[in-house]
Amino acid sequence: MLKVENLRLGFTAGKKTLAAVDGISFAIAKGETFALLGESGCGKSATAQGIMRLLPAAGRILNGRVTLDGEELLSLPEADMRAYRGSRMAIIFQEPATSLNPVLTVGQQIGEMLARRLGTDGVEATERMVDLLRQVGIADPERRLTEYPFQLSGGMKQRVMIAIALAGEPELLIADEPTTALDVTVQAQILDLLAKLQAERGMGMLLITHDLGVVARMAHRIGVMYAGELVEVASREEFFTRPRHPYTQALFEALPDISRRDVSLATIPGQVPALTAMPAGCRFADRCQYVMPVCREQSPQWRESAVGHVVRCHWQGESVASNGAGHGITEQDLTPGRAFLELADLKVHFPIRKGFLQRTVGHVRAVDGVSLAISAGRTLALVGESGCGKTTVGKSLLQLIQPTAGSVRLGDSELVGLKGKRLRSARRHLQMVFQDPFASLNPRLRVGEIIAEGMGALGIEAEAAAQTAAVAALLLQVGLPGDAVDRYPHEFSGGQRQRIAIARALAVQPELLICDEPTSALDVSVQAQILNLLKKLQSELGVAYLFITHNFAVVEYLAHDVAVMYLGRIVERGRAEEVLRSPQHPYTKALLSAVPVPRLDRPTQAIKLPGETPSPANPPTGCHFHPRCPQAMDVCRQRYPQATDISATHAVSCHLLG
Amino acid sequence: MMGFQIVVLWSDVLIWLLVAAGVGVGFLIANNPPLLAAWRRVGASRVGMASATVLLVFILIGLLDSLHYRAQLESKAGQKASYAVEVLSVLDALAVPLRSRNEKTYSEPFATRLYSKETIDVPGQGSVRDYPRLKYGGKHLGEREDEVAADAGFTAFRAAGLAFVGWAMLAALAAAVVARGSAMAEASGWQRIWRGETVFAWDAVLITFGFILLCIVPLFWLAGQYHVFGTDKVGQDVLYQVLKSVRTGLIIGLVTTLVMLPMAVLLGIVAGYFRGWVDDVIQYIYTVLNSIPGVLLIAAAVLMMQVVIDTHPEWFSTAAERADLRLLALCFILGITSWTGLCRLLRGETLKLRELEYIQAAQAFGVSSWRIIVRHILPNLMHIVIISLVMDFSGLVLAEAVLSYVGIGVDPTMTSFGTMINNARMELGREPVVWWSLAAAFSAMFILVLAANLFADAVRDAFDPRAT
Amino acid sequence: MLAYIVRRLLYALPILIGVNLVTFALFFVVNTPDDMARMQLGVKRVTPEAIQKWKVERGYDKPLLINAEASGLSTVTDTVFFQKSARMFVGDFGRAEDGRDIAREISGRMGPSLAIALPTFILGLLVTVTFALTLAFFRATAFDFWGVVLCVAMMSISGLFYIIGGQYLISKLWRLVPISGFGAGLEAWRFLILPVVIGVISGIGSSTRWYRTIFLEEVGKDYVRTARAKGLPETVVFFRHVLRNALIPILTGVVVVIPLLFMGSLLTESFFGIPGLGSYTIDAINAQDFSVVRSMVFIGSVLYIVGLILTDISYTLVDPRIRFE
Repeated sequence: MLKVENLRLGFTAGKKTLAAVDGISFAIAKGETFALLGESGCGKSATAQGIMRLLPAAGRILNGRVTLDGEELLSLPEADMRAYRGSRMAIIFQEPATSLNPVLTVGQQIGEMLARRLGTDGVEATERMVDLLRQVGIADPERRLTEYPFQLSGGMKQRVMIAIALAGEPELLIADEPTTALDVTVQAQILDLLAKLQAERGMGMLLITHDLGVVARMAHRIGVMYAGELVEVASREEFFTRPRHPYTQALFEALPDISRRDVSLATIPGQVPALTAMPAGCRFADRCQYVMPVCREQSPQWRESAVGHVVRCHWQGESVASNGAGHGITEQDLTPGRAFLELADLKVHFPIRKGFLQRTVGHVRAVDGVSLAISAGRTLALVGESGCGKTTVGKSLLQLIQPTAGSVRLGDSELVGLKGKRLRSARRHLQMVFQDPFASLNPRLRVGEIIAEGMGALGIEAEAAAQTAAVAALLLQVGLPGDAVDRYPHEFSGGQRQRIAIARALAVQPELLICDEPTSALDVSVQAQILNLLKKLQSELGVAYLFITHNFAVVEYLAHDVAVMYLGRIVERGRAEEVLRSPQHPYTKALLSAVPVPRLDRPTQAIKLPGETPSPANPPTGCHFHPRCPQAMDVCRQRYPQATDISATHAVSCHLLG
Repeated sequence: MMGFQIVVLWSDVLIWLLVAAGVGVGFLIANNPPLLAAWRRVGASRVGMASATVLLVFILIGLLDSLHYRAQLESKAGQKASYAVEVLSVLDALAVPLRSRNEKTYSEPFATRLYSKETIDVPGQGSVRDYPRLKYGGKHLGEREDEVAADAGFTAFRAAGLAFVGWAMLAALAAAVVARGSAMAEASGWQRIWRGETVFAWDAVLITFGFILLCIVPLFWLAGQYHVFGTDKVGQDVLYQVLKSVRTGLIIGLVTTLVMLPMAVLLGIVAGYFRGWVDDVIQYIYTVLNSIPGVLLIAAAVLMMQVVIDTHPEWFSTAAERADLRLLALCFILGITSWTGLCRLLRGETLKLRELEYIQAAQAFGVSSWRIIVRHILPNLMHIVIISLVMDFSGLVLAEAVLSYVGIGVDPTMTSFGTMINNARMELGREPVVWWSLAAAFSAMFILVLAANLFADAVRDAFDPRAT
Repeated sequence: MLAYIVRRLLYALPILIGVNLVTFALFFVVNTPDDMARMQLGVKRVTPEAIQKWKVERGYDKPLLINAEASGLSTVTDTVFFQKSARMFVGDFGRAEDGRDIAREISGRMGPSLAIALPTFILGLLVTVTFALTLAFFRATAFDFWGVVLCVAMMSISGLFYIIGGQYLISKLWRLVPISGFGAGLEAWRFLILPVVIGVISGIGSSTRWYRTIFLEEVGKDYVRTARAKGLPETVVFFRHVLRNALIPILTGVVVVIPLLFMGSLLTESFFGIPGLGSYTIDAINAQDFSVVRSMVFIGSVLYIVGLILTDISYTLVDPRIRFE
């Protein structure tokens, strides 16, 4: 149905035009889902926008053909192209929060589509819109039609986006990272919805994603993109059983997983080449472990390795030798010793002020009674969806946010309420690595100054010479070149910046490193590098981690202990194998089953959670989870459950076990 | 050799301090790659560099006019030297012909006769009502008064030729600099400038400079023989007034921002960083100041200032000092009325910055608040400060004219665009109209403000993080 | 809603007191009432008795901020500051130097001021928003480029030039309308048309550029891409989606000045001889009449605060995010 031939897209920068997508070709049949898989900056989103001819102002279509049922789209006049958009091909974007017009109601935004495409309005249109909203799984559609986007949750916004896309009854749906901005449980809902709608309507679908798990769940065929080129195209079965391109293989190898706990993850050395300096030969050559002289000279041609499985690579080998033998890290199998940091009933409530006198009319209970213990040299993963308060826990540990109540004990001293010098000396023991590697380094300071800041402030290595030596040693430790000292953050990639952030935290020799989603902004191959580094540092320095994340794969790979948070409280905690292998709380079970697995074998039966996390300003009565819980009982609506000990280390807060 | 006594006016001090600060900041920038990169982007902008060239000429005039002295009066030997009451500047010394060759009253540009009829005695005809010859304008022509166009044209042509030679020499110099800068010389420096291949927009600078030379050299050459912009009511050369106005405009535009800058930056950052009651107090202060209509606040303040000046004549030894103090007072008042905008902007930006992770990382190390402000917040707000500094300049130059016209601007004895316009507008009712004074003031102001606006745009484009 | 407005008005009280303090400080920190009396009386008539008489007549004989001699509440109330500013809150502005009642003068002059300012404001808004929309619609074309060049050039021209040039060209050279003056009733339009046209033209440059920036910022947002992905024609995308959102930031800048229109324009009114508040202020400034200047400062601040409240209200009308919270 859709055929893309030799499409080249570029972006103008000054007088030059840089090709972000360089000659890609693929086809999508009716009723088929074709996934374009790639890391950030590989040109997959530009491809989607190029097909719709919706490139941003600097974007240019350089050449190539895009045909829909034999009709060439790229040469159409703009007015004719409009007739295709919405009616024959529709698109949904990554950020539902910004993709809807904030000042128009849901009804208006779907309605203008109906009026234009089908010429319906009035009662007929309203009925049709209600019908559409129901199809995308929105409860109470009549009311929602009159609401504005800001009144909807993230998942609901994305459902509205899908409803808008469906309103024109398109033959082709382009989904550009449709679930990347959403929580795991909501992601599962949206993916199911998309799969169902596609099957019902027989739409072709182009799915843009970076997530192998999403691919495994949705795609019929997969195309892997690297640096603006397509490098491998295969059917789902072929792709997951026999990936051919070294890049695809490396992507699989870089995925953290429980089976790889004892080994370091495969990483792809180096970085994606810049658009300004594309190598003449194979674009992956510089990072490929099978690189041959021919790779650097000529770009490889397509080669069919099996029926419908084509790959662009000079190397003809089968698959990567397991690199587990490479440089495995021996696990420090620590028995949980005495906890050196204990949180007891920690609460962080933010007042909601209103009115003239700014009276406090309520509280956002971001953290509402959390108790945890962290032992030396171990990793505790704090897992939860967005808004559950996990980041606030991390920051209140460091006293960056004043806890409202409860205690944080470090060894024998209480941290809550400490001030001035004593707080400073306590902070030596705890440090933090933040989520966004671009916001966590001051762009105006040199790397050396950034790393030395903590030493200066906490009075470690007061002498300049000793400080310089210490910074150099730290850079070496986190795997950065020594000349980085005098450079500025903008000269480094995301992964390298995260290394700088880790070095900065380690500079004061903390016993606990709070890692707040340190890899969620990074690509899989870079994430593997950081995870490896964290593991290496733990075995070398014996530092403990509080690893705050929503990513279960990372938890499985890294954590010794796991605590699951929901709406400000811990619902289940225990050793990693206990929580991950035999989860007891319905929320933990649902979370685990909602994670898309990058394998062919589907999990037995996914537990579908309805709805989304409620607001912590107004939590449900009784057990916070009961409105979404498939096994809710009467008692759940009345009382918050006490923690029940399953084993010495495993505790669950649920009435089912009480 | 006549002696002289150096006079240092307060505004001179501030303006030279500004120059020193500019040089200092320049050194700082040279050692700070991110800032240097931003200024390089300014340097690469053709419009920006062309307007900067024009601004530079204005600044040069202003600086020359900011070195003041009092000339020694001729005195008998043995007597204590006494100095003239009049305070002069280096610019005045350079422009002696313009300053001293006053006519009786109005005369048109390039005129050889006055603009109004007078009774003159003509030998042999008795007294006749006629336009009298000017004392200086076109004097060298003698009886050949009808040859003004030819004479002026020829002079201008010669001067233009000279200007072209001068420009060619400068261009050669620039080419040499460019050629030295690039080691791999596949093309000569000249070719690279011409094709626009240089990083710095040399082509724009050279072309603009060429235009400026082609205008200025003939203008000043002719100014020695004619009143090129005419003369005003008391016969003073209008070109001279325009030159003197430049300094006033520059001081209003630059010193004002300098006055308000420390307060706006400090209060804005403190309010945003500490929040709480500090924020409430600062917000209260700027809401109060903001709610008073600016012109009225200025009017009230200038009125009170005038009362002070008038009731304390003993403070000032010369009229220039008095006018200077009033100018500075005006700068302060304008500064006080205009700091609120920048303050609010910085407060908002600080509120965003303080939530950034690198600030939290610093807090996690226990770095003190003031150190965080100086090290992490201030440098990351610099672009806003620089943008607002250049953006405000043109608005202030325009405001001076309006305020002086309303009577709450600079001292009436101080030459400025505003006072020039104010003096000239009375003559609009005359038939035929006296237009040259107004035209000269408006054109000079237009060129200055346009250059400032264009330069401000270039700076904003280069510094705005959203633009890159 | 009403409760909200009342709350906001109460909140304005401390600000108005602050405004009065600032003006008060301006008047009396650098100068004593004696200085002012000397100034007003002129050099010839300055005798201690004359000064004292001047002060008593105008109520400047009391202590400035705190009356140490009085007891109780009147330590604060029996002072120049309290007497002068408390009366202003109830609309009593006292008398000008020429003995006229300021409040009456002001109410009589608001009409002419508004007659100029309101049409200028509305026409100016229409012209600039339309111009900016057109530029943004044809963004990145030669039309846009030259439009912006025109705007920059126009905003680099002094406001005085527009007035003087306009008067000269239209009134003096072409003799289309009277050069200045003001008439009552229907005849007034002949006097109004020139200042209004000039007011509109002189505002085009900077406003258009500002609105254009706002429009361009909106055009770059994600929801615009969504609208295009629906296949909507560019005109619909622009007028239905972009314009509605761009109105929000435009409103903040525009609504706040509406009440200030009552104050008139200093320049326009004095050039065109309009008997409005602007020329009243200028006359007061030239006559160094402190009472009038202070009254105008007070009224200006009140109107500004009213403008802020109107801005908030208009926000709730345009932005559903604020309306429903």
